Amino acid sequence: MSAPRDRWLDREAGPVVRPYAVTKGRTAPASGSYIGLIDVVAAVADPQLPADTRLSREHRRLLSHCHQPVTVVDLASDIDLPVGVVRVLLSDLSQYGALRVVATSGGPEPNERLLRDVLNALQTL
Amino acid sequence: MHYRHSDTVEAEVMPATAKILIAGGFGVGKTTLVGAISEIRPLSTEEVLSGRSIGIDDTSGADRKTTTTVAMDFGRITFRADLTLYLFGTPGQERFWFMWDELAYGAVGAVVLADTRRLADCFAAVDYFEHRATPFLVAVNCFDDASSYQPEDVRIALDLDPDTPVVLCDARQFDSVKKVLIALVRHAIAKSRANPEYQGRPLPAG
Repeated sequence: MSAPRDRWLDREAGPVVRPYAVTKGRTAPASGSYIGLIDVVAAVADPQLPADTRLSREHRRLLSHCHQPVTVVDLASDIDLPVGVVRVLLSDLSQYGALRVVATSGGPEPNERLLRDVLNALQTL
Repeated sequence: MHYRHSDTVEAEVMPATAKILIAGGFGVGKTTLVGAISEIRPLSTEEVLSGRSIGIDDTSGADRKTTTTVAMDFGRITFRADLTLYLFGTPGQERFWFMWDELAYGAVGAVVLADTRRLADCFAAVDYFEHRATPFLVAVNCFDDASSYQPEDVRIALDLDPDTPVVLCDARQFDSVKKVLIALVRHAIAKSRANPEYQGRPLPAG
């Protein structure tokens, strides 16, 4: 960490708010809403948000980038937010009914069919 | 990964994703290997240091939480609209161990890239994957000036299980890296058949 006197900030410095400020300090998704790094998510068209739901700017930005199914890591890379922050916000959106998880690895190990698909695909690469 | 928008609900592709971890010591060629076969994308993570990393499980008081930023790349191989493979290099320093559980969860397996001049650098990765029962192989990156070791020498030096594959590779070469990944997936298939109880590890914390 640089000493304060070495610090300089200009437009190139990017956001100066600590990333977890955009999650209101939450560092983990609500329990039971685990979203994996390579799970595929997509915005729900015309979601019926619960009354009194307030989407933040980052929530809306995330939704605007997943009209098409996209993996969590690709989404984080696309919008240049730390992936831990993205996962908290995605779990919010999922709970509001604004986002669905299209595909998930669904377990600690991939199933054998997926392994065979990957093997075949690599062999023809 | 972006999928083409489908006109009808029935036509929607069900995308499948898989990931492979690339581990090994600093400077052994992990990024080179990933870049030889896949499209590299930047990723930043801002993670809370877990108890495992700092010795205290600090869940009380947001003001005392410690976060650390890790800038990392990942590789993406889009085989088809419905099948994509991701390659994640594991951050090497000990303070990033907390990320390994997350990366290893649901992974096909891991490539431990080794440099025979600094074999000790991959002890930690070998220990981790053995302990976690994640399928892995050791790929010896054959640098031009490295003395040539036989795979069996490496197996003995790393005290590997007899069924853990050791392969030689050139991390710069597409075909060589492709062979390494194929060998790993084959090994993972063999392990998943050999050990049905292999399933069922808990979700990573957080």
